[in-house]
Amino acid sequence: MSRIRVDWRSATSLVGSVLKYLAVPLVLPLVVALGYGQDVVPFAVTMIVTVLLGVSLEQLSDDPDLGAREAFLMVSLTWLAVALVGTIPYVIAGWGTQSTLANPVNALFESMSGFTTTGATVMGAISFDRHSHALLLWRQLTQWLGGMGIVVLAVAILPELSVGGAQLMDAEAPGPGIEKLSPRIAATARALWIAYLGFTVLEFCLLYGLHQAGYAPNMDLYNAVAHPLTTLPTGGFSPEARSIEAFSAAVQWVIIPFMVVAGTNFALFWRAFDEDGRVFSKDSEFRFYAGLMGVLSAVLAGLLFSGVGPGLATVADNVLPIPGNAERSLRHAVFQIASIVTTTGYASMDFNTWSQPAQYLLLFGMFVGGSAGSTGGAIKIVRWLVIIKSLKRELFTTIHPEAVSPVRLGGRTLDERAIRGIYAFTLLYLVIFFVSVALLAVNTARTGYSLEVLELMAAIAATLGNVGPGFGAIGPMNSYLDFSSSSKLFMVFLMWIGRLEIFPVLVLLTQAYWRS
Amino acid sequence: MRVVIVGAGEVGSSIAASLADSHEVVVVDIDRDRVESLQYEVDVLAIQGDGGSLETLEEAEIADADMLIASTDDDETNLVTCGTAKTINPDCFTISRVKNTKFLETWRHAEGAFGVDFMVGTNLLTAQTIVSVIGLPAANDVESFVGGRVQMAEFRIDSESPIAGQTIQEADRFESLTFAGLVRDGDVIIPDGSTRIQADDEVVVIGSRDSVRQFATEVSTTDEDDPSDVLIVGGSDIGFHTARLLESRGLKPRLIERNHDHARELAESLPGTTVMESDATDREFLEREHIGEVDVVVAALDNDEKSLLAGLLAKRLGAERAVAVVDAGEYVDLFEAVGIDVAVNPREATAEEITRFTRERKAENVAIIEHDQAEVIEIEVDTASPLVGRPIREAIQDLPDGVVFGAITRDDEYVVPRGDTILETDDHVVLFVGAGVVEQATGQF
Repeated sequence: MSRIRVDWRSATSLVGSVLKYLAVPLVLPLVVALGYGQDVVPFAVTMIVTVLLGVSLEQLSDDPDLGAREAFLMVSLTWLAVALVGTIPYVIAGWGTQSTLANPVNALFESMSGFTTTGATVMGAISFDRHSHALLLWRQLTQWLGGMGIVVLAVAILPELSVGGAQLMDAEAPGPGIEKLSPRIAATARALWIAYLGFTVLEFCLLYGLHQAGYAPNMDLYNAVAHPLTTLPTGGFSPEARSIEAFSAAVQWVIIPFMVVAGTNFALFWRAFDEDGRVFSKDSEFRFYAGLMGVLSAVLAGLLFSGVGPGLATVADNVLPIPGNAERSLRHAVFQIASIVTTTGYASMDFNTWSQPAQYLLLFGMFVGGSAGSTGGAIKIVRWLVIIKSLKRELFTTIHPEAVSPVRLGGRTLDERAIRGIYAFTLLYLVIFFVSVALLAVNTARTGYSLEVLELMAAIAATLGNVGPGFGAIGPMNSYLDFSSSSKLFMVFLMWIGRLEIFPVLVLLTQAYWRS
Repeated sequence: MRVVIVGAGEVGSSIAASLADSHEVVVVDIDRDRVESLQYEVDVLAIQGDGGSLETLEEAEIADADMLIASTDDDETNLVTCGTAKTINPDCFTISRVKNTKFLETWRHAEGAFGVDFMVGTNLLTAQTIVSVIGLPAANDVESFVGGRVQMAEFRIDSESPIAGQTIQEADRFESLTFAGLVRDGDVIIPDGSTRIQADDEVVVIGSRDSVRQFATEVSTTDEDDPSDVLIVGGSDIGFHTARLLESRGLKPRLIERNHDHARELAESLPGTTVMESDATDREFLEREHIGEVDVVVAALDNDEKSLLAGLLAKRLGAERAVAVVDAGEYVDLFEAVGIDVAVNPREATAEEITRFTRERKAENVAIIEHDQAEVIEIEVDTASPLVGRPIREAIQDLPDGVVFGAITRDDEYVVPRGDTILETDDHVVLFVGAGVVEQATGQF
């Protein structure tokens, strides 16, 4: 056998560098735990573990040098390592209590779901009686860290990553290719994180402002911090068991634009700030994104308003009847479409109570995804746009075989290789989806946990697309707890490859990657 | 004025010939034979040498020259020549001919770049000529004056045209339009009311944009008034710019290019054009694409013979008009004789443009009719002009024979010149002038 052609030492050593810095964000839950007089042990232990692990991995190479191959390995491993370290607080905090997270598999599921901004949960009961404020805040914080990308953050602050940085960001950032905003990749990464941080702070101010003004009685300081942390990364975790349903209509209206922002290409905000606001109307992806959400929301609002939408079963007490009420149908429709299309996963009410047409509309939304360069998951708007345009081109060249017509996106022509890559990704995504549905169906049947087809499809679409909630047994107010450990581990894998857009992980599984 | 012309090819020789009468002309060329033959043909001083070298330019006494015209076939040589000349004589006005439009763009972006004071982009100029010819059905030549308010157009009248056989008086039923001249068998005729228009005459009309268009529709024997379906054969630089200019007019032309990679490049930079990768002589392809229904075919291939073939084939399949780019000047008449409707010669267009620019007089814009036999010029009436305050009927007495008032614009309004129209200061007058009397006529304004 030929020797390994990948410099895995460099890659792993850089994973170590990132890992040791994970101790920094752990300070926040630690401080909160002190403030509330709660147990600090889970966080203190995790800090020690992550620093020790990080420093020891760093020893693997004195002068890590990143190439294209190492970038894939480093990014994939970073996400796996961070998710593994992230399980420690859950396990320690849950040890000896009734918490479902004491089980390491559940803890890993929760941690991976957090960092990949999926928002699927296996917590048996989300309440402050069972879990400390600090732990639930850590759960929110994992999503915020994962949103704009841990590696992007690392590129922004670690000088040793500046050379291979573009490849790292390319491997991690959602969408085909990255857009450099400045000649230096670190400056680009910083710009993205600054925009991200800015919007998070803005949402906090608005939510807390609503609370102070008396429009949001239960949006206290803790909730006003916790929710922006999972809105901007399109995460979807909430320390409230009933998600955003627990809050007033005003809070729901305020969160909608922030979900839309989270699903937008962050480079656009930077350019809008630099140039002017017209970059939005000129950007074809943004126009398609806004238009599609508008159409889907209108259809859903129509379904809800006419009463075709919601069934009458198990509507919660604080959710008023929707049919015939324009504001409520519009609010729930826009909220839910924004939440699902951007892959956030919040729920303004239990959409399990909605009829099948409405639920299938949401299932469709799970495949759309956010824009390239956003924090959203799934297939992404830009890919759909390119696919639609190139299919139109195919139709045209069927009639005129000699015509040479490049696919254009916002005035720029797309390279044929880029188009091929987009087709390949989308096809692979759909193949993985269908194969996974079948595998999950077999595995659930084997373990005696029976689900309907819609539920199975939603479970896969929601984990692979980093959406979060599904339908039925895994609806927005329920959890993934009842799946067997093997099914959960399978979904951990799906969330992992979904966040990294499949290729960086899948390429590691080929022989050519290691040997040739 | 002392003029140095570098490059004695078709363009250079043609310019030299038109300037030799009234100016001291020195021609520089690297080819000894060409230099020698030119010296005998035209009254100029011819020098053999590299125009880009200090030595040759000094020999041509560039230090005393008022103008340098770089008109070789090579863009870089022309630019270097201008730059070199400027180092010796910064006051010398430099004119450069370039093919590649990228140089023209740089120069427009920063005037004076490369040490060039005036740049003529051959390919762009040719494309512009083609596009204006396409714009008017049946027109052979089109030129705009006074910011586009006044147009001059030249039409070939065929025997089926409604005005063939009519007198000027009968034909003159278009508002704001003047019949300025007729070209019959290569000679320019200044018509009066009783002159009869014959088939195969070329009519030069001057008028407002609308009236010229209306006239074009009237005299053309084709049914369609506005050509919308244009096919460009060949993705040469001229073909590309023609497509681009047509796109900017809201048309959606088709362009055929044979080379795979080049077709892709063209398609990328021409969003409004349907680019096809094929051979323009592939009959089956042409029929499949319904070339027979095309209004205008523009043949702009790199090779004259191929352009001719493509143009004729398209005509044979039923295309309405064929315009072809002809690189060799002597082929122009031949092409038009065998069935190409309009043959456009980039060299001729370039030479005309440069000659226009070099004429030292008050004229603001000049169009040259039928190889220098007549000119259409635009002049602003000076306060001191003896013609101010007099009606045209009287003014024309002071002007030499062969001058026709084509159009007048006053305060940006179009004024139809009649016998009793009184000339005022600052009027813009568009005149049709016979070749020999240009200097004499313009002096009066």
